[in-house]
Amino acid sequence: MPRHMTCATPPASPATDPMLSRILTSAVIAGFAAGLLAAVLQLVFVQPVLLHAELYESGQLIHSSAEGGVSAQQDVVGFDPLRDGLSVLFSGVVYVGYALILVAVMAVATDRGWGRIDARTGILWGIAGFVTVQFAPALGLPPELPGVAAADLQQRQIWWGGTVLATGLACGLLAFGRNWMAWASAIVLFALPHLIGAPQPEVYTGPTPPELAGEFATRALGVGLAVWISLGALAGALWQREMREAGIPQAA
Amino acid sequence: MATTTLTTSSSSTGIAASAGLSALFGLVLIVLAGHVQADALHAAAHDVRHATGFPCH
Repeated sequence: MPRHMTCATPPASPATDPMLSRILTSAVIAGFAAGLLAAVLQLVFVQPVLLHAELYESGQLIHSSAEGGVSAQQDVVGFDPLRDGLSVLFSGVVYVGYALILVAVMAVATDRGWGRIDARTGILWGIAGFVTVQFAPALGLPPELPGVAAADLQQRQIWWGGTVLATGLACGLLAFGRNWMAWASAIVLFALPHLIGAPQPEVYTGPTPPELAGEFATRALGVGLAVWISLGALAGALWQREMREAGIPQAA
Repeated sequence: MATTTLTTSSSSTGIAASAGLSALFGLVLIVLAGHVQADALHAAAHDVRHATGFPCH
């Protein structure tokens, strides 16, 4: 009778692999929920600052430090079904994309016995994700308002990608490294993109008040942190459930 | 013993391939939503790109 057990785990192609469907299920649910939360928080807290800045970008308002400047209170609240609907959609796409990578790394961590994954440890995974794709890139390229001066787009995208890669590796080494060599490499990788430096514009020419740019960057980061903590906790909880259902034990 | 080894190694292969494929899907979505500069895509994803801190414009 127990002889049947030897064929319990036949080699599966990735397309029919139950492991793939477990990863995709957790990631799509967690990513979509995080995307919806991101969309709501961005529409409430970030979009009004962006719309306010667009009044300066389009020239409807002109920034001046002279006496009797433009009122800082502008009526920009409102819902544009097409524009904001697309934002909800793309917010979902972005966070499902991030969740697919996050849960893929969680699966590898489970397989290697790097530690237990659940909602509580998922919070740490979420913070690491936030640091990797939002906070570290923002140290060189703060979330930018439309209309601000910036360097060549392609160079910024390359620096952004390199920073995300280096910071992600650094988080992994810091969390799962077992010796000083790994931790020292993590510190070097954290610092390297900022020692190289992000591409910066030659001159500042933007028409937008710096106060708005500061408000926009900090709100975008605050929303990012809240969303990533939620994404990490939810992905951790869903992944723990999938592992329990699959009968795959997790490290203590 | 042989059974245990076989099961473990085939499940590891499954995890590596599945995790790789999932991460690749994720990367494609992020590049499309966050980085590709085609006009229609840029316009549609504009606000999310700014609010999520992707380099834009």
